[in-house]
Amino acid sequence: MTSIGTGYDLANSIFSPDGRNFQVEYAVKAVENGGTAIGIRCKDGVVLAVEKIITSKLLKPGANKRIATVDRHLGVAYSGMVPDGRHFVDRARDEARAWRDTFKTPISTADLASRMGGYMQAYTLYQSVRPFGITAIVGGFDSREEAPVDGEVGSGPSCGAGGKVSSKTHGGPFLYMIEPSGLYWGYYGAATGKGRQAAKAELEKLDLSGAEGGITLEQAVKEAARIIYVAHDDSKDKEFELEMTWISGADGPTKGLHQEVPKALREEAERLAKKALESDDEDEGTEEKKGEEKMEE
Amino acid sequence: MEFGNSGSLSEDGIHLDMDRLKKGEVNLGTSIMAVTFKDGVILGADSRTTTGAYIANRVTDKLTQVHDTIWCCRSGSAADTQAVADIVQYQLGLFATMNGKPPTTQTAAAIFQEICYANKDRLTAGLIIAGWDERHGGQVYSIPLGGSLHKQPYAIGGSGSTYIYGFCDAHWKEGMEEAEAVEFVKGALKEAIKWDGSSGGVIRMVVLTAKGADRHLYLPDTDYKVRHT
Repeated sequence: MTSIGTGYDLANSIFSPDGRNFQVEYAVKAVENGGTAIGIRCKDGVVLAVEKIITSKLLKPGANKRIATVDRHLGVAYSGMVPDGRHFVDRARDEARAWRDTFKTPISTADLASRMGGYMQAYTLYQSVRPFGITAIVGGFDSREEAPVDGEVGSGPSCGAGGKVSSKTHGGPFLYMIEPSGLYWGYYGAATGKGRQAAKAELEKLDLSGAEGGITLEQAVKEAARIIYVAHDDSKDKEFELEMTWISGADGPTKGLHQEVPKALREEAERLAKKALESDDEDEGTEEKKGEEKMEE
Repeated sequence: MEFGNSGSLSEDGIHLDMDRLKKGEVNLGTSIMAVTFKDGVILGADSRTTTGAYIANRVTDKLTQVHDTIWCCRSGSAADTQAVADIVQYQLGLFATMNGKPPTTQTAAAIFQEICYANKDRLTAGLIIAGWDERHGGQVYSIPLGGSLHKQPYAIGGSGSTYIYGFCDAHWKEGMEEAEAVEFVKGALKEAIKWDGSSGGVIRMVVLTAKGADRHLYLPDTDYKVRHT
């Protein structure tokens, strides 16, 4: 970077002459070193998965979770500096709780993403703080059913309310990714961390927009596991753990809650992922041989 | 909190102190109601405002808008209920601009309840919240004196309501047509006005549906038969 040493990279709140905030760009670099994290939004739910690099054999397997639950229906996965991620999750929980206190109803995924995007952005403005060294993936399932006001008494009319617009549907699965700059977009599939390029390439191959009917939640779990295995770089990091959570609607396996994918399903997904990788390697091997033969001719 | 000796204990054990107004305070000795029907919800009220035995206003509007299709019926202290409605109107306006979508009736009810419960020692406010939104259709919430929140198919309130429990129980039906529901509300309020000394004047209604808010006015001159605009 030619800009280093020019002094414009020393603090937030000072633009470089060509309109960049270098502190934010350095924060993005911190994210690029983190374990891969991905999110998949499919027709009946959301899957979050992270590649948790094992930095020491003394760490207890399965402990120190990297995907957090923010509210019953909301989960956050992140890549980058873990303490920053923990603080982000704390704040997200506060926002979700404050929303419930005020409006007596769960916060929607879009509103949480908006609040947290605003929070991240605020850390790019002041001398006294640094930007977050994480990119967060926020997944949630907003209830399709009518939810009661928290704490209300009585169930209301048994016939339900009159005058609903029946053609309109409400709620559903949602996925957002928030970057250190505070920028956030809604996604069908999101990836961040060191393996993001490979992960994005794999995500783009999936039918997530529903153009051809879309994939199911169980398929998405298997794809998520495979993508984390594909994105993992054996030469740099030997050991990693796959951590996966999912959220379905009230009629699905998690009943609208953000939960860890059951062990049996995760292990099955990992087995398939490893198998898919092995067959890929074999394909590459045969191609190389053909190439060599051609050279000899 | 001190309880007066004129209070009554309602069926769910909530202590209702009927003697809470200051001397000379303007009271909405009232008959109010809101009912759900096939296409939405109807709010109705009489129009009498009293200061003791004196009728301070004979054409009061007790149906107050807090958002496009979320309204409330006010009973109790005129000053208290106006102040609470003003706060909620501000909050819902802010909600709509911040989130780019209109608030739901339950959001409105939740904000009303928070204010009524947090200030229960200082307020005399019996409110009925009624609204229409695309997701839930027409809904009715009642917030009586203590600040609890009740979702109901229909709700009646104010001093005049005591006379029409039987009428409403006998005549209310699920999923009424609009004209039928208007006649039900009118019939109930006519009885309340007839029997309750602190209710009277005109009958006002607001019909909330997908088409928005529609006001009705019925005068005693014609025995509430003709709809005036």
